[in-house]
Amino acid sequence: MDRSGDMLRVAIWRSRGDGGGFAHYDVPREASQTVLDVVTYVQRRLEPSLAYRFACRVGMCGSCAMTVNGVARWTCRTHVARVADGDRLEIAPLANLPVVKDLVTDMREFFDKWARARGRFGGARTRRDDFARVDPASPARRAADAGIECIGCGVCYASCDVVRWRPDFLGPAALNRAWTLVNDSRDTAQRERLAAVAGDAGCHACHTQGSCTERCPKHIAPTAAIAGLKRATARAAVRGTLGAEPR
Amino acid sequence: MKRAAAATAAGRSDAAGRVLADAIRQGRRWYWQRMSAMVLALCVLVHLVTIVYAVRAGLSAEAVLARTRGSLAFGAFYGVFVLACAVHVPIGLARIAEEWLGMAPRVADAAASALAWLLAALGLVAVYGMVAG
Repeated sequence: MDRSGDMLRVAIWRSRGDGGGFAHYDVPREASQTVLDVVTYVQRRLEPSLAYRFACRVGMCGSCAMTVNGVARWTCRTHVARVADGDRLEIAPLANLPVVKDLVTDMREFFDKWARARGRFGGARTRRDDFARVDPASPARRAADAGIECIGCGVCYASCDVVRWRPDFLGPAALNRAWTLVNDSRDTAQRERLAAVAGDAGCHACHTQGSCTERCPKHIAPTAAIAGLKRATARAAVRGTLGAEPR
Repeated sequence: MKRAAAATAAGRSDAAGRVLADAIRQGRRWYWQRMSAMVLALCVLVHLVTIVYAVRAGLSAEAVLARTRGSLAFGAFYGVFVLACAVHVPIGLARIAEEWLGMAPRVADAAASALAWLLAALGLVAVYGMVAG
C-alpha cells in the first residue's frame, strides 16, 4: 500500500450546547482514502462520541453527505486527495438543515418537502391490470430517467442559495422528484402536483444559479427539471387548468 | 379561463386557495415574461443592427426622421418592441421588489401595472412622434 506517511490535519464540527465549533485531529493519510474513511478513523480511534451518519459506503444510500472544505459532497465517494487543501480537511454538517449533533443533520424538512411537492407516485392500476406500456425512448420517459437516480443525499439542497434565503422553498431535490413524476405517463396526480410545485415556494423561486446541478454527485440536473416545471406550470396556468379539477 | 381558475382557488380553504392563487399568478407571469423575452430577443437584435447602421452611416436626426416618417413598418416594429418592453420589464421589477425590498405581492403587482402602462404610453408616444410627427 502506498502510505505517503504524512498526516492530515482535520477540523471537524462538534456540537456544544446550542452552537459548536471545530475540533482538530491528526489523521494518517492513506492511499485511496475517502473523507468518510477519515471521519470513521476519528470516531473509532480518537473521538468515540463523534456523531455522523453513513450506511452503504458505496454511493447508493445518500446518508453520508457533509460539507467538505466548504463544499457539500457525498463523503463515501469523495477521495481526500481530490479535495484536501494541502494537508487540511475541514468537515462540517450539511448547510441549510438543522444539526442534530456534530455531523448529523435533521433531514425531516428536506423529505417533508418531497411530500409537499407531491413527490409520491399516484397510479390508477391495480395488481389485476396488465403492465403499463411505457416507451423507454419517448421524450417524457427520457426526461423522467434523467432525474430518477436521485439518492436523496441533500447535497443539492445544502448547496442552494435560494433555500438559504427563503427556507420555505421546496428545493432542487423535491422539484426534481416532481419533474420525474410529471413525465410519468402512469401517474394520475398531475394537476395537483403542478399546483403544488408552482408559486413562490416552488419552481418560480429558483434563480437558475445551478449550484445543485454542479454539485449533484449523481450528475443529475435539477436546474433542468425546475425549468421543465416552469414551462409545464406556465402552460397550465395560461390554459386555466392549474389546480383545476379534471373534467 | 382566468375566472374558472379563480373560482377553483376560491372554492378551497383560505390557505390552500392563497397558495393556488399564487401558483397561478406566478405561472402566468412566467409565461408572459418568457413570451415577451422571445419577442425582445428579436427586436433588440434588429434595433442594434439599425442603430449601428444609422451611426456608421452618419445619419443626422433629420435624415433619420425622413426615413421613419410615414413608415408603417417602422411604426409596427417599434410598436411591438414597446409593448414587449411594457410586458417584460414590470414583471421582472415586481419580482425584484418582492425578493429584495420585501414588497407585498399585491403592492408589487399594482406598481408593476402602473409601470407597464407608463412604459407603453411613453414608448408609443415616442413611436408616434417618429412616424407621424
